[in-house]
Amino acid sequence: MIYREAGQFKATYEKDQQIFPIRQDRIVFAGVLIAGFVLVPLIGNDYWFNAILIPALILSLATLGLNILTGYAGQLSLGTAGFMAVGAFAAYNLMLRVPHMPVLASFFLAGLVAAAVGLAFGLPSLRIKGFYLAVTTLAAQFVIEWALTKFGWFSNYNPSGVISAQKMVILGYRFESPVRRYLLTLGVVSLLALAAKNLVRSRVGRSWMAVRDMDVAAEVIGIPMLKTKLLAFGVSSFYCGVAGALWAFAYLGSVEPQAFDLTRSFQILFMVIVGGMGSVLGSFLGAGFIVLLPIFLNVAAHSLFSGGVSQSLASNLELMVFGALIIFFLAVEPAGLARLWQTGKEKLRVWPFPH
Amino acid sequence: MSDGRIGDVLLKVEGVTLSFGGVSALSDVGLEVRRGEICAIIGPNGAGKSSLLNVINGVYDPRRGSVTFRGVRRRRMRPHETAKQGIARTFQNIALFKGMSVLDNIMTGRNLKMRAGLISQAIYWGRARREEIAHRMAVERVIDFLQIEAVRKVPAGRLPYGLQKRVELARALAAEPELLLLDEPMAGMNVEEKQDMCRFILDVNDEFSTTIVLIEHDMGVVMDVSDHVVVLDYGRKIADGTPDEIRNDPTVINAYLGVAHA
Amino acid sequence: MDWSFFFEVLIGGLLAGVMYSLVALGFVLIFKASGVFNFAQGAMVFFAALIFVSLHEKGWGFPSAAAATLTAMVLLAFFVERFVLRPLVNQPSISLFMATIGLAFLIEGAAQGLLGAQVHGLDIGIPDVPVQVRGINISRFDLFAAAFAALQVALLAFFFSKTRIGRALRAVADDHQAALAVGIHLEHIWVVVWTAAGFVALSAGILWGCRTGVQFSLTFTALKALPVLILGGFTSVPGAIVGGLLVGASEKLAEVYIGPKIGSGIENWFPYVLATVFLLIRPEGLFGEKRIERV
Repeated sequence: MIYREAGQFKATYEKDQQIFPIRQDRIVFAGVLIAGFVLVPLIGNDYWFNAILIPALILSLATLGLNILTGYAGQLSLGTAGFMAVGAFAAYNLMLRVPHMPVLASFFLAGLVAAAVGLAFGLPSLRIKGFYLAVTTLAAQFVIEWALTKFGWFSNYNPSGVISAQKMVILGYRFESPVRRYLLTLGVVSLLALAAKNLVRSRVGRSWMAVRDMDVAAEVIGIPMLKTKLLAFGVSSFYCGVAGALWAFAYLGSVEPQAFDLTRSFQILFMVIVGGMGSVLGSFLGAGFIVLLPIFLNVAAHSLFSGGVSQSLASNLELMVFGALIIFFLAVEPAGLARLWQTGKEKLRVWPFPH
Repeated sequence: MSDGRIGDVLLKVEGVTLSFGGVSALSDVGLEVRRGEICAIIGPNGAGKSSLLNVINGVYDPRRGSVTFRGVRRRRMRPHETAKQGIARTFQNIALFKGMSVLDNIMTGRNLKMRAGLISQAIYWGRARREEIAHRMAVERVIDFLQIEAVRKVPAGRLPYGLQKRVELARALAAEPELLLLDEPMAGMNVEEKQDMCRFILDVNDEFSTTIVLIEHDMGVVMDVSDHVVVLDYGRKIADGTPDEIRNDPTVINAYLGVAHA
Repeated sequence: MDWSFFFEVLIGGLLAGVMYSLVALGFVLIFKASGVFNFAQGAMVFFAALIFVSLHEKGWGFPSAAAATLTAMVLLAFFVERFVLRPLVNQPSISLFMATIGLAFLIEGAAQGLLGAQVHGLDIGIPDVPVQVRGINISRFDLFAAAFAALQVALLAFFFSKTRIGRALRAVADDHQAALAVGIHLEHIWVVVWTAAGFVALSAGILWGCRTGVQFSLTFTALKALPVLILGGFTSVPGAIVGGLLVGASEKLAEVYIGPKIGSGIENWFPYVLATVFLLIRPEGLFGEKRIERV
């Protein structure tokens, strides 16, 4: 009864096309925003910020990036972490070598650098499709990892290729404490998520989905293949690049190229699958789920086997659960948690009636 | 039916030859379509009708021959280019974007008319927002015309076959084309649906003066609707004229009845 | 230009390529018969090798260890058919591909969880004493591996063309519906195929294990089979061999000759870049079939 659309009429197309047409959704979302920006900083503790919220938010951003490329535009990519690495190292170098570089600007520019690299590796997508393209993105992943390790310039000649991110100071405020880093991350991610939502419901988003669903028909309608696919690679890599920069600056503090390896790319792909391909909300749900899962498994293992399990067994169990989850989601609900959420809302609409 | 509705030659196909591997799909096919007319392409299965549309549309590249549209002669235009020039089409097997809603599908038909840049779309302000609203209005007119308001938010993949065909037509119309290519728009429809579709096609031609080329199997429809009929068989043109001329042409009758020929 | 050195590197590369071919063979088998691109093939190689080596270390002789491993691979095949292939039967191939990525993680986790994560050395009795041919050193072990691979290919070729099951496999690869129509049980076929792939994985695993030890990184090395398939075509057994040889030779040569100029470690990405370039020129590979898209 609470979740009904009755009485909510849209008199203009503008109203019909807003992101949350149903008033209850708007209220809930406002609540989430308030909780995120106001409540959580007040009641959260450092562990939650450092180990859960910040990485989950940053990975949501990367998942959003991959979702744009794979979920909306249908171009399978296994090189996500490579583009994150580009962003991280680009931001570091910009802050290092350009005097008076503002932090946020360096993130933005780092994103652009990642976008440029993404465009370059995206060029083959014109002729190559499906999992052949996946192999091309593997090339991107390995080349980037290799280049960042081999050429000392990127890490300022650090012997292990590690970069130590500079401290973030914006307008005199130091963003060092967990709460502040969390707020900064939340701010950046929220803005970019809004931009992504706008993009996918505009012309460019429709072009991407058209290319994904049936590219021959898309061409016939007049959707430009090259431009559309390159835009997908570019925008996606931009998001991944910013996520990489945040990973280095707002989360880890110091990072080496191996933090952005193939396993990380798979992790983000899993987040897209679990959360739901082609869904902005899904990106957040998937990232949150995968970040929380090991913690949940740990707790479950501790209660099932008092005294806990060995570290190696735990990490192997994690691998198995991840693998099984992927298969499960693909078989049972390929549209991921986002679809489950949708279905839940539909049921709620007619609640307390069954249908 | 030669009234002021029909004008000069809009589309000319000359000497088109197309083959796949060793199989010849079209041999030396030519025809002329006049502005404002409804031209039907008929012929037994496998005659090369869809291939002909694909050549006009730029999807296939003919080995020989040319397509002249609006006075410009080319061997092949890229599909994207044909759309820009004002050619729209529907496909035999429904090429809808199954993952998008009906509304979004039809909006993609307006794609070429939208100009707003990436940043404007990301912020959803200014030009992008104005365009979304303006083109939404145009799309709603098409939805109204084809009477599919009730399903505008439904994902296209979930619609029944007849409605999907209508949505595909809507998407083609949304582009406000000069030339509309319809590949078996009535395949798989029952009598009522066919009547509706016929009416829509005639209305489109009447209200918007759109030139229409359609592939169709139902002879009744062809005779009723078209001004001009072209008959293909085994990749060759065997007849070209008004419906009445075709109806009585012995070569055409033989082709359909399958009398043995070389 | 030191020719004997060049040939040494070349032959070393070719023989290393044989290993890649063996892994790629498993991919081809499964793809040919079910259209599934099995990302988990590398994990299967690791799994098979790990079981074999663990049993061997516990004192089992080679034949019994091999038999036990093969049984395990058969069980794995049943498991995969029942829990991965059947639930996903109507989904697009990209979903199946991603499911095999999940499967890869599942198998790795299970293998390591059950049998431990230490590196195991493996020795099957071929001394790695080089053989000298015209002044070029060739590893005896590599020669053995090449011979073994050739034998496998011959067996597989015979199997596909002469036996009843082989014919059925080819029918399924061509057209699932038609195969069903003539009474071929798809589920049985898939179990057979995945078992065959399992056998191939075991032999690849043993050979790899001897060379580099049985360890987790085996699964990622198997990723190299992807460029092999791109070069050789996804559905061609001879293509897998040729592709493997090409990848093996080119990556070694690149490492040795180009490496000093721009930095070492080129082998990590060279095959993938090569595959990309190749795809741009000939998307269906050397031996693959050209697909015509009909609208």
